[in-house]
Amino acid sequence: MSPLQLAWSTLLRNLRGGQLGVLLGALIVAVAALTSVGFFTDRVAKAVDREANVILAADLRLRATQDPGSLYLEQARAQGLTTAQAVTFPSVVVSGDASQLAAIHAVTSNYPLRGELRIAERLFGAESTRRDGPPPGEAWADPELLARLGLDTGVDLDVGTTTLRVTGVLQYRPDQAIGFVGLAPDLLINIGDLAATGLVQPGSRITWSLLFAGPVQAIDKFAAGLKDQLKPGQRLQTIGDSGEQIRSAIERAQSFLSLAALIAVLLAATAVAVAARRYAQTQVDGVALMKCLGASQGYVLRATLWELLLLGLAAGVVGSLLGFFAQAGIAWFVIDLIDGGLPAPGISPLFSGVITALAVLTGFALPSMLALRTVPPLRVLRHDAAPRPVSTLVSYLTAVGVVVALLVWLVGAGRLLLISVVGLSLGAALLSGAGWLLVLGLRPLRNAGGAAFRYGLANIARRRGESVAQIVAFGFGLAVLLLLSVIRTDLLDTWRTNLPADAPNHFIINVQPSEVAGVRAVFERNGLTPPDLAPLVRARITAVNGVAAQDVSATGEGRQLLRREANLTWADRLDPSNTLTAGEFWDPGTSRLEVSVEDDAARDMGLQLGDQLEFGVAGQTFAATVTSTRQVRWDSFRPNFYLLLTEAALREAPATFISGVYIPDANRQVLLELVRAFPTVSVIDLQSVLAQVRGVMDRAALAVQFVFLFTLLAGIVVLLATIQATREERRYEAAMLRTLGASRGLVFKGVLAEFVGLGALAGILATLVAMLMAYLLATDVFQLDYRPATWLWIGGPLLGTLLVGIAGVLATSKVVSHPPVAVLRAH
Amino acid sequence: MSKNTGPILKAIRLTKKVSSPEGELTILDNVSLEVPRGQTLAVVGSSGAGKSTLLALLAGLDEPTTGEVWLGESELTALDEDGRAALRNRQVGFVFQSFHLLPALTALENVLLPLELAGEADARGKAIETLRQVGLEARMSHYPRQLSGGEKQRVAIARAYVGAPQLLFADEPTGNLDRRTGEKIIELLFRLNAGTGTTLMLVTHDTNIAQRCQRRVGIEGGRLVLDETSAAA
Repeated sequence: MSPLQLAWSTLLRNLRGGQLGVLLGALIVAVAALTSVGFFTDRVAKAVDREANVILAADLRLRATQDPGSLYLEQARAQGLTTAQAVTFPSVVVSGDASQLAAIHAVTSNYPLRGELRIAERLFGAESTRRDGPPPGEAWADPELLARLGLDTGVDLDVGTTTLRVTGVLQYRPDQAIGFVGLAPDLLINIGDLAATGLVQPGSRITWSLLFAGPVQAIDKFAAGLKDQLKPGQRLQTIGDSGEQIRSAIERAQSFLSLAALIAVLLAATAVAVAARRYAQTQVDGVALMKCLGASQGYVLRATLWELLLLGLAAGVVGSLLGFFAQAGIAWFVIDLIDGGLPAPGISPLFSGVITALAVLTGFALPSMLALRTVPPLRVLRHDAAPRPVSTLVSYLTAVGVVVALLVWLVGAGRLLLISVVGLSLGAALLSGAGWLLVLGLRPLRNAGGAAFRYGLANIARRRGESVAQIVAFGFGLAVLLLLSVIRTDLLDTWRTNLPADAPNHFIINVQPSEVAGVRAVFERNGLTPPDLAPLVRARITAVNGVAAQDVSATGEGRQLLRREANLTWADRLDPSNTLTAGEFWDPGTSRLEVSVEDDAARDMGLQLGDQLEFGVAGQTFAATVTSTRQVRWDSFRPNFYLLLTEAALREAPATFISGVYIPDANRQVLLELVRAFPTVSVIDLQSVLAQVRGVMDRAALAVQFVFLFTLLAGIVVLLATIQATREERRYEAAMLRTLGASRGLVFKGVLAEFVGLGALAGILATLVAMLMAYLLATDVFQLDYRPATWLWIGGPLLGTLLVGIAGVLATSKVVSHPPVAVLRAH
Repeated sequence: MSKNTGPILKAIRLTKKVSSPEGELTILDNVSLEVPRGQTLAVVGSSGAGKSTLLALLAGLDEPTTGEVWLGESELTALDEDGRAALRNRQVGFVFQSFHLLPALTALENVLLPLELAGEADARGKAIETLRQVGLEARMSHYPRQLSGGEKQRVAIARAYVGAPQLLFADEPTGNLDRRTGEKIIELLFRLNAGTGTTLMLVTHDTNIAQRCQRRVGIEGGRLVLDETSAAA
């Protein structure tokens, strides 16, 4: 019989016999939790990517200040990509006596390539979605444009030298969030009518956009090729730079989902460790007998490894299937909430499942199982002959190694990894230390209380090592459950409230200095808080420390800032959505020329404090010193800037003012009043962008809640495993006690006292650990101000006592009721 | 031919010492013993006398502090654990007081185990035949928990004999059985032994059982205190 055959039959027989139940269960829960998260996050990530692309109305977009011609389009089509075009420019449109500045978007019929247009037949009419632009001869107008003109659909509009019929109200176009400094409300026309308008002349302020869509790999390949051909004035836009708001939201969503996944796996791994230890114990006699009958150490080792491998494969496949069905179930629940549904999951989580099962077995089961090799055959005669225990250090190092590997795999080698490792290590050390303290602190208590109480405490003290292990396991399980509850409720609430219901839902832009007071007055008249308006100055960075801007090497956003016009602002104090990270912010009213740079931009441009930035504004140049850097919360939806200067630097520069304001639905008339009173002021509706970000957050919340179910399941398996690990021993002890005259009630109360004691302590410790981790996660990863809820202080210990107490009662009811004579005879 | 005529088992000045909280304890003190092939031998003594320790050392389940054990022509004490295991697999059978059947295996699978470990051909046929010999052909697919104490011990005996060992160790084989069942088991053991010519070494404190053996070795306080051979045997 080969070791493989023996492993196979042992596995089958032990499965039938029930010895593998808890171990396999724990492993399947681990795999199912991870793969369901894997499958689900895979789908959500795809959906998020897809929706992020919607913001471009394409997968890739090229913006050009000169007509790029058809070369790129031909190249794209040759590579199997779909293409569309948009040409954007401001122009006055006329209807009868009324005229109004509009942002003309001339698009091909197949615009948009990603996302949908929302069109109403008339003002305030019902919306319908469209995946094509207006046909030639027709135009779709922004409701604001129609309001300013005092018109509705069905009228003719003169656009340059041609006349178009307004057939729809343009409520939404997917790419409206790009570059919010649009000057006027939109008018969407067919690109075929462009020539007839006669508006495309040399010197006109026109933006040409080429839109590309296709499979991810094809897009990546095409983009790489395109980058090398770009001419001045041409810029590629991908999902990566399609708006800091969305990017920030996606990153947070991913952090949340990864965290949820790794917590579930770690909890289940704890159960696997406990269950594997017990399983190994049940195998000791059998191995001793086999050695007695002639099996070698190598044979036992090979059979053990095969057994683990088979177990891992089985749990990997079963768990993955379970995970797949579970995510399909949850996806079915949320499908209505997600525009366009979720894309199908990839099959990679299936492989992850098998790898996870094997990794968890290696880290948490292998050390216990390897000890079987050293079972002395003498055990067949003397039951106290035990295998050499695996060194505790080796077991812990193996487990820690696998955990770190899993963490790196799941969340990457980033800050989240560091925090998780530190949190877990601290938690384990804290729990172990407290466990020892409890056991030591029991001595004076053992003379107090009744017999049951003493019996319970004596049990904890006598099985000192096991007690500490149980406290650590219970405590860890509870800490993870609590942490997830904290994340699901507390952190998520904090996170959501960081985007309060009155987060700005409109941007007001293009306000002239002379209009600032008037704009504020409109809000006041309507009973709304007048907005703070931030100045906006268009300028170029001409030099850095005396080196011409085009010669300065920079990446990412820094590169954009150096190569094109930048939006500058001035302020006397920092907006609440900004945090200073280096240097000092200037005093109000300073006459010095200073600049504060956003962190990422400073890094991308390689700027240090004290560096000199030279700006060119309206033909004038001046230099400002970098005196501070800032972190900016872009998703605060407040007007924010990479470059913030002192008023002294920009006082003379031509500026317009912008602001982010919250306008309740009931007060939307203020918008009409605003655009009528100040025709050149533009209002941008942020609702759709906000809705998109909220959608991402909700999806993350749903996924976390979903994983919570699995983590709960894993927590229960941990409890079962730890209780089952000592059941045989307890059964024997209960029989002994009852033989010596203890009543069933006494034995029962004793065991209950022990479990309640363990549970309460584990609960208190878990609460502390969960709060510590929640605090670290909140402040360091998610950048939230976190205040723990009071329920945690009471709920944590109570949950520990109840959970462990109830599990103890359930698991011990059989122990107590077992006939003592049967137990003693078996021994 | 000397291989087949010399003693099957030879112990030379076996001593086993263990450390305990009270200091070093000598469990077995300078025991020498020779067992001819085919002999039935009872090791008798009171509880804690060192019977099981002697059995463990003779079977190579444990290592002596000093002394040698020879199984046929092989010196057990010169082999490592794997070497001893291989030798046991080929030449030694065991019957234990508490049966030591694997609970997850059926009666047939338990009997099959030593043959499968040895990679023997037609293991199944041999196992079935041996189970038939102990009268359990109808219980082959039963698990240990479905068998009575006597039936369990018969499975254990079948497992011990299935590999046709030259030497069979039985450690208090009736210790967990009632008297009537115990007698039946002893009958079976001796019947099979007579049929196969296996050397039987039986540890017991039951003088009646000891009297059925050709030779009795008494052990007390770790020393041999008796070595008698029945004239009738």
